[in-house]
This record gives sequence, structure tokens and C-alpha cells, in this order.
Amino acid sequence: MARTHITTVINGDEVDFLAEDSTSLLNALRDEVGLTGAKEGCGTGDCGACSILLDERVTCSCLVFAPEANGANILTVEGLADAGELHPLQQCFLEGAALQCGICTPGFLIAAKALLDKNPDPTETEIRYALAGNLCRCTGYDKIVRAVQEAAMQMREQ
Amino acid sequence: MAITEENPGYKWVGTRPIRPDGLDKVTGKAQFGADLTLPGMLFGKVVRSPHAHARILSIDTSAAESMLGVKAVITGSDFPDLVANGAHPMAIDVSHNAIARDKVLYEGHVVAAVAATTRELAEAAAKAVEVSYEVLPHVLTVDEAMADNAPLLHEGMITKGVDPAPDQPSNIASRIVHERGDLEQGFGEAEVVVEREFTTKPVHQGYIEPHAAVADANSDGRANIWCSSQGHFQMRADTASVLGVSQGTLKVTAAEIGGGFGGKTVIYLEPIAVRLSQRAGRPVKLVMDRDEVFRATGPTSGTRIKVKMGVSNDGKLTAAEVWMAFEAGAYAGSPVGAAGMTVIAAYDIPHFLVEGYDVVCNKPRVAAYRAPGAPMAAFAVESVLDELARSIGMDPIDLRLANAAVEGTQASYGPKFPRIGFVETLEAIKEHPNYTAELGPNQGRGVAAGFWFNAGMNSSATVHINENGTATVVTGSPDIGGSRQSMALMAAEELGIPYESIKPVVADTETVGFTDVTGGSRVTLATGAAVVDACRIVIEDLRARAAKTWDVEVDQVEWVDGQAQHVDGSQPPLSLDALAAKSGRTGGPISANASLNARGVGAAFSTQVCDVEVDPETGVTRVVRYLTAQDAGRAISPDYVEGQMQGGVVQGIGWGLNEEYVHDQNGNMENPSFLDYRMPVASDLPMIECCIVEVPNPAHPYGVRGVGEVGIVPPMAALGNAIKDATGVRLTDLPMTPIKVLEALNEQSD
Repeated sequence: MARTHITTVINGDEVDFLAEDSTSLLNALRDEVGLTGAKEGCGTGDCGACSILLDERVTCSCLVFAPEANGANILTVEGLADAGELHPLQQCFLEGAALQCGICTPGFLIAAKALLDKNPDPTETEIRYALAGNLCRCTGYDKIVRAVQEAAMQMREQ
Repeated sequence: MAITEENPGYKWVGTRPIRPDGLDKVTGKAQFGADLTLPGMLFGKVVRSPHAHARILSIDTSAAESMLGVKAVITGSDFPDLVANGAHPMAIDVSHNAIARDKVLYEGHVVAAVAATTRELAEAAAKAVEVSYEVLPHVLTVDEAMADNAPLLHEGMITKGVDPAPDQPSNIASRIVHERGDLEQGFGEAEVVVEREFTTKPVHQGYIEPHAAVADANSDGRANIWCSSQGHFQMRADTASVLGVSQGTLKVTAAEIGGGFGGKTVIYLEPIAVRLSQRAGRPVKLVMDRDEVFRATGPTSGTRIKVKMGVSNDGKLTAAEVWMAFEAGAYAGSPVGAAGMTVIAAYDIPHFLVEGYDVVCNKPRVAAYRAPGAPMAAFAVESVLDELARSIGMDPIDLRLANAAVEGTQASYGPKFPRIGFVETLEAIKEHPNYTAELGPNQGRGVAAGFWFNAGMNSSATVHINENGTATVVTGSPDIGGSRQSMALMAAEELGIPYESIKPVVADTETVGFTDVTGGSRVTLATGAAVVDACRIVIEDLRARAAKTWDVEVDQVEWVDGQAQHVDGSQPPLSLDALAAKSGRTGGPISANASLNARGVGAAFSTQVCDVEVDPETGVTRVVRYLTAQDAGRAISPDYVEGQMQGGVVQGIGWGLNEEYVHDQNGNMENPSFLDYRMPVASDLPMIECCIVEVPNPAHPYGVRGVGEVGIVPPMAALGNAIKDATGVRLTDLPMTPIKVLEALNEQSD
């Protein structure tokens, strides 16, 4: 089958890869680019485990065909830390025990980053709705919401 | 946090450091089941039955096999016939559930599998496998399966536990009974008797990571398996059994696991992946999609439960009669046994009869789900207790306190309880401000309690002291919710070195001694005890080496704060670093193993109170406040104890309000996606407040009780009781959806 040449910027680096037209961006990132941080939990856009920022928008990468990402700027969980220095969200998730099994964590971090980029001082309700597209089955969300609140506070103080 | 016994000066146990595996999980580095890629790896795809019950007439694999890039196609005939081999019936069930032979017993049952060079090709090849079926009549519920002349799943199924044994086969695999005293006398002594009937639907564990396995078979018969599982030794045993090979030929490595809740204690893909890899001569990766996870794995049982209980005017329970039927899915083995043991175990009731039935039906074989069997049973009994409390005008906590099991109470399932903390959880709720907080319009408050066992079982651990005085702690327990942290905390406490100096590792089946599954709330308890034992052997060794160095008797040496000290202080202390650095001159490397079958198994209790608001226009129930109190014995890692408590509650809220398997009349699941099988999301919930109660388990070195499961036992009844309080209507059929609430409200107003 013919494969399309796709040119993107992923986590700040220019990255080219090949993918079939029917391949999801998620599978292309995982199989072709080798970035397995985004996870497939459902393949139907209902769990958010595959969340990435696609041109700064939170996107379920399982719902995007790989060729649609041509020319796009992509951020995955692997690009969240800056030269080894964790993003405040990552640090607050660690310190606040906001993960158990960790499979949903990359998606939550991306969705939370997108929220805080737009709204640096969200209410608890705003956080809960911003994260409502991400399923976590382990934590009951309590510690995740608290970690995002803490990260937001730290980022405002910076 | 309520602490009922003082912390005896622990330095690490009970603290909240960052978990050892955390960094990998917030940076995307952690390798879960589907993340591994091997050179030359093929993608596999499983072919599944579209029918709930059918005879397989023929399978034509020729079209799939002839496709370019398809490297292997297998069917049930590629696996040994365990029936002919005289295998144990449970082994036969495991094998036939992994891949069907003559009959398919549920929609999603595996009939064939393919491996190809790309994901897309594998999917196309799976579609090209032609299976011809003779569709058979099916049964989907316990009512249908137990009806006279019901179609049979297994022609040879004679109900166990009935004397004399029935002479005809049925769909009832077994009957269990627990009884004591004289029911007639007990109900005669009651002032009020309440009898209700409850139904619950199958619900899925809902782990976010679908099942995944990679197998790499060698031509000499050996194979490596990487999989997402709660117990790689169990995967090895079951996979070997299905393949008909010795366990020693398989090496299983546990990937990071993306949730399990009991559902990853059983094999699905592993033997298929190995056989495909053997046929293709290349590594094969198999990953389920969500639809397959719903249709063919988990769930837990749908049930019908009848409860009749009596109470005296002063609040003493006089008698209980319980009848339960649990769906097992396609093969025997529902959790009705555990349901029968737990259903009234939290209470001291003089007269009771508990009767349960394990019933097969044409749905996926049920798998363990967090405190298997107990939540449905508790939904029924704790709802009836609420009715009894209302009938005699007693506070629901006081009613439970008046009947609560305490140390020495003869549990309904047999033994006497050792020291337990049920009363303490009840008191913690009663004393909390939430219990008396003001309720708004359309709001109500519900209380419920739950009991669950702790499993003990087998665990192994190895502790290596590295040359620089740090330690590696090796266990065989896949870490599903932060257990590496609790292992490291206990090892740090024992060895007297910083938590950060301990590296906890989950090793493969060839690198650590046998260890049972991560389940039964047992890891911190049992594997933790093995870690403590191994550390203590290391400390004995360290004391002996110090004694040798000082030329004194070993009883002159104490191990304090990570160093050997002479009892009279006559020698400068020898730190672990110093002893490790000189280990070559004092007997060689310092390392110890411990293996055990855990002693001192505890019992876990949880009491919860929830406030709901029910919209009278829409019937929507919203949880506005939630508090859970649980006896952890000793919280080694309070962050992750709270995490278990909160996670269990929220799964219970989903079970209570939203989640259910919906099947059409053909036995096909109608909601096999997270869109239609709706689990709770962040915006559905308030904060889940936790109260860790610590009544140490006297038989564990740190007083640990397992905390993983009991939190899911009370929520459905707590919700139902709160809805009753808010609206006056009693819901007895889960989930308590808006439609059911509205119907009940309408009936009430008629």
C-alpha cells in the first residue's frame, strides 16, 4: 500500500515519517516515530489516553489520520519536560500521588497543560470539566484535580 | 486521619515520598503492555464469534493464509485437547475460554487468530477467516439460565453442592450454603422483618489499558512473553497449560500494568501470541481494542439477590435469610462463594441461612473485580439494614454499631475474627462533620458498610545490598497502584537507610521466587512481609559481619539507624556503606531471599457516607459529598492507601449510577465502548474525602491490612440509601439510572 510522507514538528524537533492514509496519528507516533507515551485506551476518542497537543489544541490522536498532521506542530508527553526539568504539572502529579497505574497520566498531563495555558487560575469545576474527556479508573480523580490546582498556583507564582 | 494507635516512631513507614516509578510515568517512558516492539515483530489479530451460542461447523483459513504478508493463522485445533488428556476441569475451561473448540459460548469468544507484517494486514486477514456456525439458543441471565428446559451451555454440568446430586445436567454449576441457628426462632424474635429483592447487572473492571501481549518463541520450544498482567507466574502456568508445555519453557515478564482491578489475573492473549509466534518464527504482538475488552474479558457477575432480615426494637439483628444467584458467564466460577462468605460477615447475627448459586450463561466468563462478589451482596444487605433502621427509628450507624463484628465474633463463614477495626470505621464516620452537615433541597444522606478478606498466599522477595550501601528490593508482584513504594518504605525502615537508597524492582518469572497474583489486597501484606523477612536476614548477616570485624559475639551487636553498634558503645559504629564496601573481606556479597505463605491475614472494613442530590425533573442523581473511612491496619504509604480508597469508591459510584452491560435479544453487547458504557469522569464527582483508620493487624510486622478492595463494597448501598433519604423511594435494581429514579418517583406519587 502506498504510504504518505508526513512532515511535522514534534516536541520541538522536525520529524518526517511515512504512514498509510488509514493509519491513525496515534499509531504513527507509536509505531513509526517511536513515541509510545500517548496510549490507546479506546480508539474512539472517549478516554483521552492518546491526548496530544496538535497545533496547541488538545486532540485525541486516535481520531486523526496521520496524513492530516502534515505540517502540524505536535506536543506529546515526552516533550513536556524542558531539558530534563519537569513541567510543574509533572512535578505536582508526582508529589501529589496523582497517578496509580499511570496509563492515563500522559493524557491528563496534556489536557491539564492545555487548560492552564488558556486559564492560569481555573476553579475546581473548570478543572473537572477540562479533564472530563480523560478517563482514569484508578484514582477517582481527587488527587489529579488537586495536583492541577497546585500546579496552577505554582505557575502563577513563577 | 484518625489514628487509633500511636505510630511507634517509624521514620519511613507512613510518610509520603515520591513513588519510585513515578518519573517514568509522568514523562511517557514507562513501558506498558502494548509499548514493546521487537525486531521483525508481527502484528496479530484475533477472530471472534459474532454469536452468543453456536456450534462451529467449519473454519476455512485458506483465504487468509494466501494473503501476502500473512505469516500464521491458527484455530482451536492448533492447541492440545485437554479433555482427551484428562486435565482438571478448570484447566479445560481456561483452555476453551482462550480459544473455542467445538462451540462458542459468548459473543467475542476467540475462534482463530492471525499474524501479519502490519496491523492493517492482520485486520484484513482476520476478516478473511471464514467460520461457519450453527446458531444455538442462548441464555443471558440467571433467570433464563435457571429456567426449566433452558438451553444448556455444558451438557455434562451437574450441580455441585447438592445432596443427592441431581440426575440431570443444568446451567447451575454449584450451590453454596452457610447456616447457623434456627431461622424460625430468629424471625420470631424480631419486632420488624424486612424482605427485599435486588438485581445487579454485569459491570466491567474498566482498566484504561486494553490487554496486550508480545511473544517471542524460539525453535527449541522456549518462549518469552511480555504482558500486562496482575501475576506473571499465573500467566506462565495457565499459558503452559493451554499450550501443553512445561512451565519451565516459558519466561514471562510483567510490563507496567495499566489497571486491572482483578481483570488481569487471567490469560487471554498469551497462549495465542506464543502459538502464532511459533508458527511464524517471529515475535508477535497482540493488543485488544476496547470493543474486544468489553465483549470478551471481565466483567463481574449480574446477580439476583433476595434478603430477609429481622431486628428487635432495641436494634439487635435476630435473623437473616439470603438467596443469591450469580452469573458466571460461559464457564463455572462466579464469585458467589465469596459473596456468600461476606454478605452478613460484618454483623453478629444469631440465626441465618445464606444460599448461593453459580450459574453459567452466554456472556463472557466473569473475572475477578475488586472484592469479587461482595459489592452486590452488600448492596442488598446494607439496603435492607437501612430499611430496618428506618422502621425502628434508629440511626443507621447506631444500628450497625449494635451488631458490628468485633474481635472474637464468630464470623458467619466460620472462624472467629481476630482484632478488627469495623467499629472504629463506624465511629470515625459518626464523629466526622460530614455526618451532620446540613442537607439542601432534594438532598439525602446514605450510610453503608463493607467487609472484605485479605488474601495471604505465596510471595518471594530478594534484597541485595549494593557495594555502596544502597539496596535493591526484588519482588514478583506486578505494581498496580504504587506497591513498589510500600516495599521501599518497609525496606528503608528495616535497614535504617533512606527511602531514596532503595530501588524496588518487579522481576520476571526467572529472576525471583514464585509469587501469586497481585490481588486479594495481598501485596503490601504478603509480599511486604517477604521483603521484611529478607531485610531481617540481611541485618542478621550484617550483625555477624560486624561481630567478626570487632571480634565479639554477635549478641553484642545491634542494628540501629542503618549501622551496626556495639551494645556498650566500645566500638565505633559500622555503617551499611562501610560494611558493604568491605563485604568481600567478610564473606562476600550481602544478599538474602525470603519466600513465604503469608501468615497473619487481616480483615478489611470500610464505612462510607454519601450525600446525593436527586433532580425530581430528570431523575439525575448527583453525588455532592462523599466520605470513606477504612481500616488500613497501618498505612505504609498513606498517599496510595487514600488512592485505593478513592478509586474503589468511584468505581462503586459508576456501578451504582451508570454502568451496565446491555445486550440485545441475540446476545450481542450493545454498548461496548466508553461512550456507551459510561464510567465516571471528573466532572461527575466531588472530592472523595478519606479517613484512614489504623487498627494494626497484630500478626503483621507493621500491622498492615490489605486496602485494595473493600472500598468498592459499600458505595452502591450508600447511594441507594441516600436516594431513599432524598426522595423516599427505594431502588433495588442497579444501576440507579435517571429513568429508574423517575419511574420510582412517579409510582410513589400515583
